[in-house]
Amino acid sequence: MNSPPLLDIRRLHLELTGSRPVRTLVEDVTLSVSPGESVGLVGESGSGKTLTVKAAMRLLPSTITATGAIDFDGRSVLEMSRRGLARYRSTDVAMIHQDPRAHTNPLRTVGDFLVEGVVATKQMKRDEAIERACALLGEMGIDDAPRRMHQYPHQLSGGLLQRVMIAMSLLHEPRLVLADEPTTALDVTVQSEVMAILVEQVRGRGLGMLFITHDLDLAAAITDTLVVMYAGTVVERGPAPVLYRNPRHPYTAALLASRPSTTQVKRLVSVPGRPAAAHEVGIGCVFAARCPFATDLCRDERPAERDIGGRTVACHRAEEIGSELERDVVA
Amino acid sequence: MAAVTVDVATAAQVRRRADPLLVVSATCCLLLIAVALVGGWLAPYQPDEIDVLAASQGPGPHHWLGTDSLGRDVLSRALAGAALSFAGPLLIVLGSVVLGTVLGVVAAWYGGWLDQMLNRLLNVMFAVPGILVAVIASAVFGAGFWAPVIALTLVYIPYAARIIRSAAVRERQQAYVEGLQLAGVSSLSINTKHVLRNVWPLIVAQATIGLGTALADFAAVSFIGLGVQPPAAEWGVMVAEGRAEILDGAPQQSLVAGLCIVVTVVSFNVLGERLAARFGAAR
Amino acid sequence: MTATTDVTPVRAMRAAVRPSGIGARIATTVVGAAATVLTASFVIFAALSLAPGDPVSLLLGPHATDEARTAKRAELGLDDPLLVRYWHWLTDALQGRFGTSFTYREDVTTLIGPRLETTLLLVAMAAVLIVVVGIGLGVLGGVSDRWSAVVSAATGLGIAVPTFVAASVLISVFAVQLGWFPTFGAGDGLLDSVWHLVLPALALSVGYGAYVTQLTAAAVREEAGKEHVVTSRGRGIPHRLILRRHVLRNAALPVMTASGLALAGLVAGALVVEEAFGIDGIGALLVKSVSGKDYPVVTAVSLIIVVVFVVVTTVIDVAQVLLDPRQRRAA
Repeated sequence: MNSPPLLDIRRLHLELTGSRPVRTLVEDVTLSVSPGESVGLVGESGSGKTLTVKAAMRLLPSTITATGAIDFDGRSVLEMSRRGLARYRSTDVAMIHQDPRAHTNPLRTVGDFLVEGVVATKQMKRDEAIERACALLGEMGIDDAPRRMHQYPHQLSGGLLQRVMIAMSLLHEPRLVLADEPTTALDVTVQSEVMAILVEQVRGRGLGMLFITHDLDLAAAITDTLVVMYAGTVVERGPAPVLYRNPRHPYTAALLASRPSTTQVKRLVSVPGRPAAAHEVGIGCVFAARCPFATDLCRDERPAERDIGGRTVACHRAEEIGSELERDVVA
Repeated sequence: MAAVTVDVATAAQVRRRADPLLVVSATCCLLLIAVALVGGWLAPYQPDEIDVLAASQGPGPHHWLGTDSLGRDVLSRALAGAALSFAGPLLIVLGSVVLGTVLGVVAAWYGGWLDQMLNRLLNVMFAVPGILVAVIASAVFGAGFWAPVIALTLVYIPYAARIIRSAAVRERQQAYVEGLQLAGVSSLSINTKHVLRNVWPLIVAQATIGLGTALADFAAVSFIGLGVQPPAAEWGVMVAEGRAEILDGAPQQSLVAGLCIVVTVVSFNVLGERLAARFGAAR
Repeated sequence: MTATTDVTPVRAMRAAVRPSGIGARIATTVVGAAATVLTASFVIFAALSLAPGDPVSLLLGPHATDEARTAKRAELGLDDPLLVRYWHWLTDALQGRFGTSFTYREDVTTLIGPRLETTLLLVAMAAVLIVVVGIGLGVLGGVSDRWSAVVSAATGLGIAVPTFVAASVLISVFAVQLGWFPTFGAGDGLLDSVWHLVLPALALSVGYGAYVTQLTAAAVREEAGKEHVVTSRGRGIPHRLILRRHVLRNAALPVMTASGLALAGLVAGALVVEEAFGIDGIGALLVKSVSGKDYPVVTAVSLIIVVVFVVVTTVIDVAQVLLDPRQRRAA
């Protein structure tokens, strides 16, 4: 990568403000998104992936304190002035949220919702914004855009509303898109349509994207780089095909192995226990309690991230157990 | 998902931390109830002991809170009057909560037509403001202790019924209820042993708040002369009797009685709210 | 691009078809309200028919002859069944005839007229206080973290102080000690009346106003915490705009409901204030009539109080249906 990263998160640490004992939510997270790169942030509930992304927009509540570095195009997001932050949010970056119904004001029309961002921040006049919004909705596959603009959110289906959300995020031509599980709240039949539209737009415009999901398959299919999180830390990150075919962290392998197979009839593998949150794990490796390969070293000392086999992994035993993991992953 | 993590973490903190407001308000409430029970014996004078020579005095060494226009000791009247001030409200809360619970649980359980009928009935009851019901009750039954008790019980039933019905409906939709039904457990049993047990803390919290409100409302009816009659030392009556004294620059009877009412209402309101918060967090 | 894209959003919105569902809903609400009033008035009428006291003796005095009594009984229809008597009373009432007062031997209507004016002036003044100060403080408490605790404590106290206690304190401090306002009565002429009613209006507005403040603060706080507000912040929209368009406007609906409820009960609440301040309004008339067993007056004033309450709450219900776009059927 020659160009400097668009989004550069280094050693991000999130904890509940003023909590004693300290309640950590996200620990030592490092990842980056380059211009035109799609990065998939994968993890289960409580892994801290949404919090990380919210931190990148400085949308965390005051009950959470962030330390570490988050840079956008060289500028520190965590230290931006109010004006800088407003400019960053309104022109450089855009966020697509998970549940479009919860994230739209039910008392305002779809049209108002779409153009509010660019008009209120004085980037466009209202008429121009409405025209552009209609055009964008057309690109989303919404034919009767003018009619839809005058409707209220409750009059649109979930899939339609999420397309509106995507259009909203692209209207001010950002350079970076943060997508927080954009299809999880939608019906299964609609998910692939919306995903296709999102990917087409992001690739077509050469935008950087940080895509959050709990679905490793989906992430591997549409992103260039994968970042796997568990209990508030990054356990493995690297090029998507490399991780997908050849995982080096037991958790990544477990995620891959626990998918139902579409080709073979075999017993569904699951990892014993339940996903832990950052404040529930001890001092050692975050996955130690559920890892079949855990040793005393794993339980006592948290592994640092190391470059192995073309990716970065946080595991003491990455080299030794590599071959065992390859065995578990069945295509 | 992350929001769940944060919420679980902070909710755990809430549960473990002692609630100072809860403790303080609970102590006040217990003290007030104690005064209601033994106030008469604690009082230095008889509440109706007239001493014309000591009329309308401010606070002093013989009468710590002063006297009224007939020379009666204000402190003694307040202490002795506590019992009467609490008696009516206690009956009101008991009656309205019991009847409201029955109506609310039955409506939530059977739903449909019965629930709609109840809703219409409650709408009619809500449409007549409480004070009006009390006024009409005193027309029918005569002014005194019982008219406001009957009236306010009727007035409070719809509030209790609505709240309990909502909670019972939520409870009824829980999966375990269907499980019990399928297992053949009787409706009565399900409702008394399970639904009520889970709704019970909410009932207690609401009843606590209701006690304070009932006390204020009962005193109001006595104030306008349609409830407890003078010379009884009920706090509402005291405020009314003190009206003329205020005009003479001797507000002690009204203000002391008024303060007693306010302190009582605040204590029970805060206690009720803290209880509701604690039971809500525990779910 | 079709011609519809030339239509400006405002014009298009006005042209949007209002589905007939709303008309039916409003009609149902109004009919329901009328039924409630009828039922309540019947219950009151029936209850009072059980009250002690013989109307004939009250009207004719103790020295009336038996023939006069019988004639009067027939005239008043006192031997008719309850429903018939109620029907006659109702039909008369709808034409503005409320019968003759037992105590004053006058038309009930002439007794009520001037007193109703006084009560309405008192209620109007209290209403202004409740809406302006009550809602204003509520918004302050909901928006500002700094003031939130103060407002909360103040409302807690305000709700706990019964109207008659507030009246006593106000009289003691402002009328007797400071002498700024008169201690009783309603005065003559508009300006004098307003001056007389300042303390009573204040006393009346304390309890209801605190309730409105509490609900307003809660509504504002709830709306401020909604996810679509986070979305707007994430788009860089200025704070002031978010507050106005998304928080306050959305909170307006529940605030309207709370205010409506408070205003609906003001006429009944005025009763206590009128007693405390010696004001000759319909509340005081009601209390006097109960003591004097003057049941035509009691019935008439009760009806007025119930009608006012139901009318105000129904207006609020209808406004809710009209102003909330979610009430419209999905297109």
